[in-house]
Order: sequence, then C-alpha cells, then structure tokens
Amino acid sequence: MKLITAIIQPDRLDHVREALIQADITRITVSRVTGHGRQEDIEIYRGQKIAPNLIPKIRIDIAVNNEFVDITVDTIIQAASHGAGEIGDGKIFITPLEECIRIRTRERGGTAI
Amino acid sequence: MLFLSVASLFLQGTAHAAPAVVTDTGTTAWMLTSTALVLLMVPGLAMFYGGLVRTKNVLGTMMHSFSAMVIIGVLWPLVGYALSFGHGILGGFVGWDSRYFMLQGIDETIMPTHIPEYVFAMFQGKFAIITPALIAGAFAERVNFKGYAVFIALWSIFVYSPICHWVWAADGFLFNLGAAGAIDFAGGTVVHISSGITALVAALYLGKRRAYPNNVMHPNNLVMTLTGAGLLWVGWFGFNAGSAIASDLATARALTVTQVAAAAGAFTWMIIEIFHHGKATSLGVASGILAGLVAITPAAGVVQPSGAFALGALAALFCYTAILIKSKLGYDDSLDAFGVHGVGGIVGALALVFFIRPAWMADAALKVGGSWTIWQQLGVQATAVGVTIIYAGVVSFILLFLVEKTIGLRINENDEMSGLDHSMHGEHGYGLINLN
Repeated sequence: MKLITAIIQPDRLDHVREALIQADITRITVSRVTGHGRQEDIEIYRGQKIAPNLIPKIRIDIAVNNEFVDITVDTIIQAASHGAGEIGDGKIFITPLEECIRIRTRERGGTAI
Repeated sequence: MLFLSVASLFLQGTAHAAPAVVTDTGTTAWMLTSTALVLLMVPGLAMFYGGLVRTKNVLGTMMHSFSAMVIIGVLWPLVGYALSFGHGILGGFVGWDSRYFMLQGIDETIMPTHIPEYVFAMFQGKFAIITPALIAGAFAERVNFKGYAVFIALWSIFVYSPICHWVWAADGFLFNLGAAGAIDFAGGTVVHISSGITALVAALYLGKRRAYPNNVMHPNNLVMTLTGAGLLWVGWFGFNAGSAIASDLATARALTVTQVAAAAGAFTWMIIEIFHHGKATSLGVASGILAGLVAITPAAGVVQPSGAFALGALAALFCYTAILIKSKLGYDDSLDAFGVHGVGGIVGALALVFFIRPAWMADAALKVGGSWTIWQQLGVQATAVGVTIIYAGVVSFILLFLVEKTIGLRINENDEMSGLDHSMHGEHGYGLINLN
C-alpha cells in the first residue's frame, strides 16, 4: 500500500478529480494548503504589484494498493499539467503506507482501502 | 412617476413664464431617501450574487454590480437621462434633449411634482445602474471584465434608454397605449423583463461554465447572500414607494403592497420547498423574497394588498417552476437572472390586470369615454411585455455578438478555472487559507 500525496494548482483540481473518476479512483481527500515552490504569483494591491511569498495550492491524498500506484500517478500528472508543463504545476510524493483501517468494520490492510 | 414626467415635459417650454414651482420639502426628503435606498440595492445585489458563486469568483461577481455603479454612474448624467427622458426623436425610438446633456439644463429646475429635477434624474439613474447589473447573474463565473464593462455601457444606451423612454417618458408609445397606458409602476418591463430576457440570451449565447451541470458548484457564502437579499428588500421600498414621485397616499399604497408581496413570495417558496424536499432552505427564502418583489414592481401603483398576496405567491410558483425547467433543459443561467427577474417580471406585468383597484379601471374607462375591461388592459400589458422581450432579446444578441467578436466576453478555460478574482482582477476575496 502507498500513500500518494499530490500538490497541484487550484485551477486544475476539477480536471484531476474528473480524470481520477474516469480511471475509477474515487476515494480521495482534498485540502486547501499554501506553500512555496519555484512559482511566483503576481497580485495587485493599490497599483503595486506584489508577489505573495505563500501561494494557494491544493493537496490531494490518495491511499492505494500497489497495483494502482502507476495509474493514479499517471492520471494526476496528465490532468494537473498546464499544456506541456509549467513552473508551479506541482509535485507528487509517494510514501509507503504501513496500515489502513476502515473504522466501521475494523477491516485492515488492502481491503480497507 | 409617469404623471410627473409627463407634466414636466409640457412645462419645459414655459418654465420661465409660469409662476415659480416651489420645492415641497416633505416630498423632496422622501425622494432623496428613496434615491439612496435604490442605490443600496446595488451592493445588496453584489452580496446576493457574490455569495452564490464559488470562492474563486466572489470578487469578480461583486465587481459586476459595483462596476455598474461606476460605469452607468458616469454614463447616466452624461447621456442616459437625455436619451431616456428627453423628447422623442427618431420617430419616438429614443429621447433626446441637449439641455439634459451632463444635466446642465436642470440646475435650477423644480419639477411640477415639487421636487428638484436633480432628485428625479438621480433617482432614475439608480434604476439605470441596477438593471444591467442584474444581467450579470446569467453569465456569472465566466466573463471577461473588459468585455462586460463595454457590454453594459452599450446595453444601457441601446436597450435600457429606449425601453425606458417608451414606457416612462410622457411621449413614449407604451406610456400612451390603450386607455391609460401600459401599467409599469416601477420597472417590470423596463428593469426586470429587459434584464431577464437579456440574461437568457446571454446564457444561451455564451454557453455553460466548464463541467456544468456535472460538477456541483456550491455557493461560497450563503450568509452574504441572505444579507444581500435583506438589503434588496429594504432598498425596494425606495424602488417602489419612491416611484410615486410623491409622499402621499400613492406612496403608502406602494410601500404596503411591496411589503406584502415580498413576504407572500418568500412564504410561498418556503411552503413549496417543504412539500417538495421536506426542508425550507435559506436560499429558497431569499429567492422567494426576490420573486415577490419583482412581481409587485410593475403593479405597486394599481393593486391592493390582496392582489399583492396573489402576485407574490404566483411569482414564487412560476419562478420555482422555471428554475426546475432550466435544470431539465440544461442551459446555464447561473444565478437565475432570467428565472427570477424575467419570469417574475412577466408574471407581475401580466397578472396584475386581475387585481387592479376599481377606481383605476373607472378612471381608465372615463379617459376613453366608455368602458375599459381588464381584457383590454391585458392586451396593452401583453403588448408592452412582447415589445420588451423582442426588442431586448434581439438588440442584446447583437451587442453580445459584437463584444464577443471584438473585445471578447467568454474567458478561456484556464482563466475560468483559476477564477475571475485572480484572472480578471489580480486579487483574492478571502484570506489565504480559504483560497481557491
């Protein structure tokens, strides 16, 4: 089991979500986060351009069994890119997942995902 | 409003010779208050619409209302008042009076209604501001700000002013239709049907938002929407009770039926929802308030409270149904500008004939020197509604087409997905953690 964590641009969330559903991956946690990578995001405040040092991003967490890792990652990469890819499109982290428990049934492991 | 503007036009030529008309402080004070109340509806509308869109579009949507205050606020004293309330030119197509250009000729004018003409011009200007702002609900979350700004300026000149002239100017053809004119007390045709029909045309022409209706698009802040609905209700007392251009019995009648219709509309919507879904929603109550207010707008001078009950209830019923049908048909009138203002306005303008107070009908009969039936008046109302629908629909389509092909009105997918606040204005409505 792996935990896939993707940090993407807010304006690609709908695309990613739709693509994941197409790929039959529907169980997902989404949060609004802020962060800083290489991207600069210019805003305007009373005639002055300002670059906020933290930029809004979307964090997606998906727990998957090993055979779904590739399809999930490929789908996110495909849907989260602006065109051929731009600075700020985001990152994906994959971490080993030690255990997964469904609270309602107490199931553990792969079937609980 | 109609009687006054008529009288003022007759008096213009002889203004210097006639005995000076003096200001009535009571009437003027109420009209100043009404003028301020109608302007209060615009931030009310901004909050109503602003709360209904997604978080990333809250500022862009509120800017649609605020920019109407700015753009029409400039345009109206410049040419709008002259085009609407000047003498008919081009065969009565629109008005014009060079004295009204920049309002330069009314510096000392006191109208026969005993208010300074400045007050009347500013009161009317608030109507001209809110009308194009209503349209924005139809194409929320997907229009280019520059295109929108140009569109509402053109729309105000080519759609609002002519219709306003036909219905409210002394020599307007709808004002003089039938026995006692088409009944449009405070803007059923001029404000609500014209903007509602334009909204429908715009929603169809510009197309749906991306992924509508498959993706659910939640309102970002219904608290703000309710606050806005409340401001609209309060402001509407200026809108309707001010339209008598008086501070007397007619004002009291208009204020009473406005209150009754708003409550009846909200009550009916609430009951329908309870039967339909088992729950009364806050957005339903807000929508019912608006439906009732829209329907009573043309009728506030001629119906009694029983008629106001009926019009409020009918409007809620028809608007609720219209919104259900919209969902079936699948076009994206995002905030139901047509569903509430178009449908509610048409229901009000037509159904009012069944509730006209007998004294009004007797007066109308006297004017034609015989009899005047509600069916004849219905014919007059239907003509006014039909003319408004066709004219606003056709001209709005031409304007939308021109703006879309030159400046651009529909924004591209990336801008739509990042939201109007960021893509159009370079800002965000809420604090950092709520962004999106």
